[in-house]
Amino acid sequence: MSMLKITIDGKETEVPQGSMILDAAKKLSIDVPTLCFLNLEELHVNNMAASCRICVVEVEGRKNLAPACATPVTDGMVVKSNTMRVLNARKTVLELLLSDHPKDCLVCQKSGECDLQDIAQKFGIKEVRYEGVMSTYRKDISASIVRDMDKCIMCRRCETMCNEVQTVGCLSGVNRGFTSVVAPAFEMNLEDSVCTFCGQCTAVCPVGALVERDHTWEIVNAIADPDKVTVVQTAPAVRAALGEDLGMEAGISVTGKMAAALRRLGFDHVFDTDFAADLTIMEEGSEFLDRLTRYLDGDKTVVLPILTSCCPAWVKFFEHSFPDLLDVPSTARSPQQMFGAIAKTYFADILGIPREKMVVVSVMPCLAKKYECERPEFKTNGNPDVDYSITTRELARLIKRMNIDFAALPDEDFDAPLGESSGAAPIFGATGGVIEAALRTAYELATGQALENVNFEAVRGMEGIRSAKVQVGPHTLNIGIAHELGNARKLLEEVRAGKSEYHAIEIMSCPGGCIGGGGQPYHHGDISVLKKRTQVLYNEDAGKKIRKSHENPYITELYEKFLGKPLSDKAHHLLHTHYFKRSKLGG
Amino acid sequence: MDSTKKQLRIATRNCGFIDPENIEDYIGVRGYEALANAITKSTPAGIIDEMKKSGLRGRGGGGFPTGTKWSFAAANQADQKYVVCNADEGDPGAFMDRAVLEGDPHSIVEAMALCGYAIGASIGVVYIRAEYPLAIKRLIMAINDARAYGVLGNNIFGSDFSFDIELKYGAGAFVCGEETALIRSMEGSRGEPYTKPPFPANAGYWGKPTIVNNVETFANIPAILLKGADWFSSIGTEKSKGTKVFALAGKITNVGLIEVPMGITLKEIIFEIGGGCPDGKQFKAVQTGGPSGGALTYKDADVPIDYDNLLAKNSMMGSGGMIVMDEDTCMVDIAKFFLDFTMDETCGKCTPCRIGSKRLWETLEKITNGTGTEADFEKMKTLAVNIKDTALCGLGQTMPNPVLSTMNTFADEYLAHVRDKKCPAGVCSNLLEFFIIADKCVGCTLCARVCPVNCISGKVKEAHVIDQAACIKCGACVEKCKFDAIVKQ
Repeated sequence: MSMLKITIDGKETEVPQGSMILDAAKKLSIDVPTLCFLNLEELHVNNMAASCRICVVEVEGRKNLAPACATPVTDGMVVKSNTMRVLNARKTVLELLLSDHPKDCLVCQKSGECDLQDIAQKFGIKEVRYEGVMSTYRKDISASIVRDMDKCIMCRRCETMCNEVQTVGCLSGVNRGFTSVVAPAFEMNLEDSVCTFCGQCTAVCPVGALVERDHTWEIVNAIADPDKVTVVQTAPAVRAALGEDLGMEAGISVTGKMAAALRRLGFDHVFDTDFAADLTIMEEGSEFLDRLTRYLDGDKTVVLPILTSCCPAWVKFFEHSFPDLLDVPSTARSPQQMFGAIAKTYFADILGIPREKMVVVSVMPCLAKKYECERPEFKTNGNPDVDYSITTRELARLIKRMNIDFAALPDEDFDAPLGESSGAAPIFGATGGVIEAALRTAYELATGQALENVNFEAVRGMEGIRSAKVQVGPHTLNIGIAHELGNARKLLEEVRAGKSEYHAIEIMSCPGGCIGGGGQPYHHGDISVLKKRTQVLYNEDAGKKIRKSHENPYITELYEKFLGKPLSDKAHHLLHTHYFKRSKLGG
Repeated sequence: MDSTKKQLRIATRNCGFIDPENIEDYIGVRGYEALANAITKSTPAGIIDEMKKSGLRGRGGGGFPTGTKWSFAAANQADQKYVVCNADEGDPGAFMDRAVLEGDPHSIVEAMALCGYAIGASIGVVYIRAEYPLAIKRLIMAINDARAYGVLGNNIFGSDFSFDIELKYGAGAFVCGEETALIRSMEGSRGEPYTKPPFPANAGYWGKPTIVNNVETFANIPAILLKGADWFSSIGTEKSKGTKVFALAGKITNVGLIEVPMGITLKEIIFEIGGGCPDGKQFKAVQTGGPSGGALTYKDADVPIDYDNLLAKNSMMGSGGMIVMDEDTCMVDIAKFFLDFTMDETCGKCTPCRIGSKRLWETLEKITNGTGTEADFEKMKTLAVNIKDTALCGLGQTMPNPVLSTMNTFADEYLAHVRDKKCPAGVCSNLLEFFIIADKCVGCTLCARVCPVNCISGKVKEAHVIDQAACIKCGACVEKCKFDAIVKQ
C-alpha cells in the first residue's frame, strides 16, 4: 500500500492511502474534536456522515474548510487544525448546535456522559450568540428506550447502527430543513415500529436524545415496600462492566462487590442469572440433541439449524424479518425469563409466598430485556415473571444514589439456591459463549464420555460471523456464530434459501455479544473496552471448579425436586415459549 | 427595441422551430449527425479533446469544464459507468431546462449518448422532477423513437457501442439538484449530499464512475461537435465560452427565457432585451444565480456577464435565474425571501445549514420587524461567513450569499431598518406608519369602518386620525380611501 505524506500544524507524517485527515492527526497526537464521527473498526461500525462539522480543518489549496473525519489524505497535503478561522468555525457550529439544544444538563440522564457537554466545556462556551426558535418533538417513551428528539444533533450514529450494522431499518432521517430529525417511519412510536430494542442507538448516541427508560425509582420503591419480597438476578455481562461506571478501570471483575452492593441496596435475595444460564443449557442443549438425533435419523419434519433464543432483540428481529422461519429458533426462553419463571414458582413455593408478593428484578446489559419483561406470554394473570429489568448503567446509578462506596465493598457470594452457576454460565455474555456452553453439555450427554478440554477456542473471537467444526462422537457438527443483527440476517437468508450448512447457530444482537449490550456503560467508541470485558468473563469461567452446566448441583436439585427432566411438560410450560409473526412495517 | 436582437441560440436552437415529438424533424436539422460522426469517424479521446477545446463549462451552476470532467470518468476503469442528466430544475422562476426538454428532447438524448461514447458508459439516466409531465412525456417519446431508429440501444450505427437511457423521477426537493444528493435519491435513499471527494466522476451512482451534467450543458453538446470547438470557443469571453440561457423574472417588462452570448452586459440584458422595469419604475437590483446568488446594481451594468466576473461581484452564474427588482423592493426583505427558500429546502444534514439558515433568517426577521440592532450586523456577517466555510454541500455554501451581498451593497438600507426603524422601500409593514393627510380627507368614514382594529377616529365630514399605537398596518384603509388621503411612510 502506498504511503502519503501529510503535514498538520507543521508536523509531518505518512499514512496509508485511504486514510482520512483525522487518522493522520491521531498519528501525530493532534486532537481534532469530533461529534458525529464513530468508527469501531473491527466491528465494521463506521459513521462518517460528516454532518456535525465540528472537525473542520484548513487544507491548503482548498476554498472552504474540510471535515477531518471524511476528507481523504492526498500526497503532500498541508493542513492547519488550529487557526483562528478553524476555531471560529468550530465555535460557531457549536453555538448553533447549542442554540437548538434544551441545555437542561442538570436533569439530563446523559449528563456526565454527553459528548456535546464535553465539547462545550472544552471549548469554554459561556454564551450562545445565536438564540432562536428550538425544535420540539413529541417524546417517545417505549418499554426500553426513551426518544427525546429535542436533544438530537443529527449526528446520524443511531441511523448507521440501526440500518447498516443491525439492518433493522427502524430509524432514519425524516423531514427537511430545520424540522429534519431521525425517526421511525411516519414518525410512529418505537413501540409500534420494527425496533428490536437492542439499544445500540443509545449506546452510540452522543447526547441524551436516545436513552434507556430508567426504572431505578421503581426498584427503590419495591425494596422499600414491606409487603414485597425482592429478588434480584444479574446477567453475566454486568459483572464485567459495572465497575467502569463506578470509577474503576475497564476489565475488572466486580462479581463479589456487585453481590455485596445488591445486598446493601436491600434486596431480600441476591441471585444470579448465571444459574438460569445453566438451566438454559439444559433445556436448549437437550432440545438441540433431540432435533439433531431425529434429523440424523432421517426425520424429515425436523428443521436444522437450531438457533439460540437467549437474546430478546434477536427474537423480535426474526419475528419481523423472518416470520416464515419461526420454527427454526430454539423454543427455550432467555435466561432472564427462565429465572423469573422459576423464582415465581419453585422459589416462591420454598418461601411459601404467592407470586404476587414477590418482585423479581433483573440487572441486564440490555435494553431489550425491559421490553421482554412486558411480553404478555411471560405473565401469569397479568403478573410478570420478571417485574423490572434495569441496565448496568442504572444499577451504577442506584449504587451512587444509595451512597454505597462500591470500591470499598468486600467480595460476597450470591445466595442459594438460585445463585450458584458453572463456568459455562458467565461466558453467555460474550459472543460464542452460549454455543460453547451448550457444546460442553451436549458433548457429554450425546457421547456419555467426559469432555477433556472444555475450552472451544474455535468459537471465540470478535469476527462478525464465525464458523467452527466440532466433533461430537461420530458426528462433525457445523457451528455458526453471529453477533450484530446485520450478520445474523446474512445467516438467516442462507437458512431461508435452504443453503445453510450449519447444525446450530448462536446469535447475539449486540457487538461482541452482551458485553457490548445497549445497557452497558458507554464505550465512547473505544472497542478495547469490549475486549477487556470479554476477558473478564473467560477468566471467571476458567476460575470455576465446575465448568459444565449439567454438573451444577443446584440445577440437578431443581430437576429432581421440581421440573423432572429437561423438556418435561413442566419444563415446557415454564421454560419454553413460542414466537409470533410480526409485520415488516412494525407492530 | 427588438428583444431578440442581442440573443444567440445554441442550447435552445431548435426550441420552437421543430416538432419535438417528431424525430425526423430533429434529424432534419442535422440531429444525430454529431453522434454518427463521433461513433464512425472519431474516438472517445477525440470527443473529449474537442469538448475540452470548446471550453464548455457546466451550466447547472458550478461552471466546471465539461471536457475535463468527462476525462476523469474516461480515465477510470470500471465494469459499468453512468451518464446522468440532471433535470431537477428547482430555482424559483427558472425553467430553461424544462424549455429544452419540452422543445428539443432529442438533443439531450443525443448528447447523453455522446457522453456515454466518450467516457465508456452504456447506461444513461435522466433524473427529472415529476412536476414536469410534458417534458417527461416528450423525453420518453424521444427515447422510444431513438431506439426505433437505432440511434439508441445496442450497436448504435452498427458499431460495438451500445447505450440506453432510463428515467428517474424526483419528488421536487431543491437539494436533489446537488449532484451527490441526486445520486443518493436515484439510489432510492433520502436525497442528502455526501462529502466530496470522492467525486461522482470517480465513484458516483452505485459507486461507479458517473458523469452528472445539467440539461443545458447537454443541449450545447451536439451543436459543439457538429460545428466544432473553434466555432463554439469563438463565442463568449476568455474563460466562459458560448452562450447562457437566463430566465428573466420579477420587475421586468419582458419576462421569460433568453439565450445570450457570454460577455453580454447586464445593461444589455435588463434594458435592451428585458425592456427595463415596467410602469416607469426605477431599476434597483438584479439577483443572479438563483436564490443562492447575489444582487447586482446599476453600478455593475457594464460588467460583461460570465462565470468569473459574477463571482468577483459576490454573485454567481448559477443555473441562470435573473430576478429583477425595482425601487419598491426592500433589499432586507428580499434577502429574507431568498433565505426563506433555501432554509426550507436544506436537507437538514449538516449543522451550519440546518440551524445556521434558521438563525440567519431569524436575525433578518428581527431587522425587518424593527427589533434589530446594529450589533446584529456583525453577528450575521460572522454567521454567514462561517456557514459558507463549513457547510457540507453547495446549497449551504452559497445560501448566505443573498445576505452578504445585500448587506454589502445596500448597507444604508439595513441601517435605516435598525437605526431609524424605517423601511425605505416601504415594504416591511412593522416599520411603516399610515397617516391621513388632513387636507385630503373629506371625512367619509369609509376608512374607519373598514379598519379591523377600530383605530381610526373622526367625525363625519371632518378629517380622520389613525391611532399609531393600535394600528396593525394591514393597509385596508389605504385600499378603501377614494381620495388618496392615506399614505404610508
